[in-house]
Amino acid sequence: VSNLNKSDSKIGNLLFCLTKSQNFCRNEYNITGLCNRSSCPLANSQYATIREEKGQCFLYMKVIERAAFPAKMWEKVKLSKNYEKALEQIDENLIYWPRFIRHKCKQRFTKITQYLIRMRKLVLKRQRKLVPLSRKVERREKRKEEKALIAAQLDNAIEKELLERLKQGTYGDIYNFPVHAFDRALEQQDEESEEEEEDEEEEEEDDEDVGKSEFVAEDEVEESDLSDFEEMNKLRTSSDEEEQESSEEEEEEEMEVETKASKSKGKSPANGSAARKKRAYVEIEYEQETEPTPKSRAT
Amino acid sequence: MDITEVPVSQYNKGKKKKTKTPKKKRVSGEGNVEGGGVETKEEQEEKMEKSEQAAAAFPPSFSVSEIKNKQRRHLMFMKFKQEKRKQKLQLKKKKKKEREALGDKAPPKEVPKTIENQRVYDETTVNPEDEEVAFDEGTDEFCSYFNGLTNPKVLITTSDRPRGRTVRFCEQLATVIPNAYVYYRRGLALKRVVPQCIARNFTYVMVVNEDRKVPNGLVLCHLPDGPTAHFKVSSVRLRKEMKRRGKEPTEHSPEVILNNFSTRLGHSIGRLFAALFPQDPQFVGRQVATFHNQRDFIFFRFHRYIFKNEKKVGIQELGPRFTLKLRSLQKGTFDSKFGEYEWVLKVTELRDTCTESFVSL
Repeated sequence: VSNLNKSDSKIGNLLFCLTKSQNFCRNEYNITGLCNRSSCPLANSQYATIREEKGQCFLYMKVIERAAFPAKMWEKVKLSKNYEKALEQIDENLIYWPRFIRHKCKQRFTKITQYLIRMRKLVLKRQRKLVPLSRKVERREKRKEEKALIAAQLDNAIEKELLERLKQGTYGDIYNFPVHAFDRALEQQDEESEEEEEDEEEEEEDDEDVGKSEFVAEDEVEESDLSDFEEMNKLRTSSDEEEQESSEEEEEEEMEVETKASKSKGKSPANGSAARKKRAYVEIEYEQETEPTPKSRAT
Repeated sequence: MDITEVPVSQYNKGKKKKTKTPKKKRVSGEGNVEGGGVETKEEQEEKMEKSEQAAAAFPPSFSVSEIKNKQRRHLMFMKFKQEKRKQKLQLKKKKKKEREALGDKAPPKEVPKTIENQRVYDETTVNPEDEEVAFDEGTDEFCSYFNGLTNPKVLITTSDRPRGRTVRFCEQLATVIPNAYVYYRRGLALKRVVPQCIARNFTYVMVVNEDRKVPNGLVLCHLPDGPTAHFKVSSVRLRKEMKRRGKEPTEHSPEVILNNFSTRLGHSIGRLFAALFPQDPQFVGRQVATFHNQRDFIFFRFHRYIFKNEKKVGIQELGPRFTLKLRSLQKGTFDSKFGEYEWVLKVTELRDTCTESFVSL
């Protein structure tokens, strides 16, 4: 590394570099990138580097003979695209040069080819485009969303819509109460005579019971969060009341219901009641509580 | 509004401690606020603003903002504000008393202004009996669905390398939408995915885009070259984060509620959502999926309902919830470079544009 040039030794070991920043050399011709006495292009009169331009690699060499001609100081040799051939080229150009420079040149060349290959591969893959988000806009949108949510009153809207659909009869005959109920509602609004209302109420009770008992059976099948005895009693009485319209399906449902009820008996009632608060609960009027017939459980 | 009538003595008392105030002139009756500690002649010479009682008013007044001393200016302003507040309260009380006094004959309460009230009427609002719209809808990409010919089949996938939250979100979406399949992305290009899906008779591709482990975008593409909608997803709540939720959604097809999709654009988006679900909902399941549009935000909720009686219905939320905001609507299938955009959200930082909304109302 050290050559017979006075200026080299003048530079000395410590203060040789002005482009130094934190052990990195910012000189473009540096071969390792570190700021050392041995890898500084300024401090060495015989130096070589590899640099690439637009995918093409070149070998730059600086010798002491041309030190007086700064414009012609660096000799540029184009390296072949073939990796092995390029290595041979480096070898033949840097023959009789110090081991260090030769080794570092080859290392640098390898690194450069590797990253060129990676670049070419990436271009073929899917490019991810990053779209910048404006923080101000995001903040505003968040606030607007909150306000919109409040203005939307979702629960009310959904309930209204469902009731509308019920009124229009999109549900058909699944729920039995609609027809009488609306007449009744209308009459109440018009404030007609009470007798009619009484009559209707009487008629309705039976219907309601019938309708609701069906209803409860379905309900229990799907939401088996029951753990209260009350609930179970309602269940059983309702199942008893279904004499008129008990089909086989319903009996099966009852079976399922019973099994589920029995399973959930073990749960603490507190949980069940808490969970059921928000949920709709069906009020059933039942006349008596008959003894449940022992059905097969835990099969 | 008038500058408040403040007896000048008040100011004097306040100021005595601080500065030597020159003697003030008494304001007669409803004068205007006098220059408190104002010294300069210019201000005295200035004409009063908003002086209706010009005759009764005394020397020219000034506005609070012209006092040079910051502390005093601040003080004056606070007092001004307090006065204003007091007056407002008094006014309110008076009105209330009057209202009570009148009893039944009182005029109806005024309706407060909301954004919904003040909205500029959008010309593209669809009239329900519009023939042109009906014709368009009869022949657009969804007609085969709405005529009952095709059944929806949805493919749900994510962007590359999804994280836990996104994966769970996709799974839950799949439970909500009947006939939905979740597939791993594995770095495939969407443009290649789409023809494969068409070949396998899918009707929809849903791609949930993820950023920093949280879903933040949704691309909804209707398949046999249908429109592609790109949404921004926000406030995703998975099932376990919801309070008081019910059990798992069952396999029954839910009903669909689409609220407030009233413009042309809203209509097409509404149909886009509607075609996700099978045409005949199973009422036995008592499940309902709601897409509610409010001020261009589409809120998605999934509930189970019970009719307690003919006038009351109880709903219980199950299933995930999220909000969408439409970013762009494209005519064909997903093609970011050459696609023809039917509508693109303009993100501007100006404030005025927010009064308009495009998808709704």
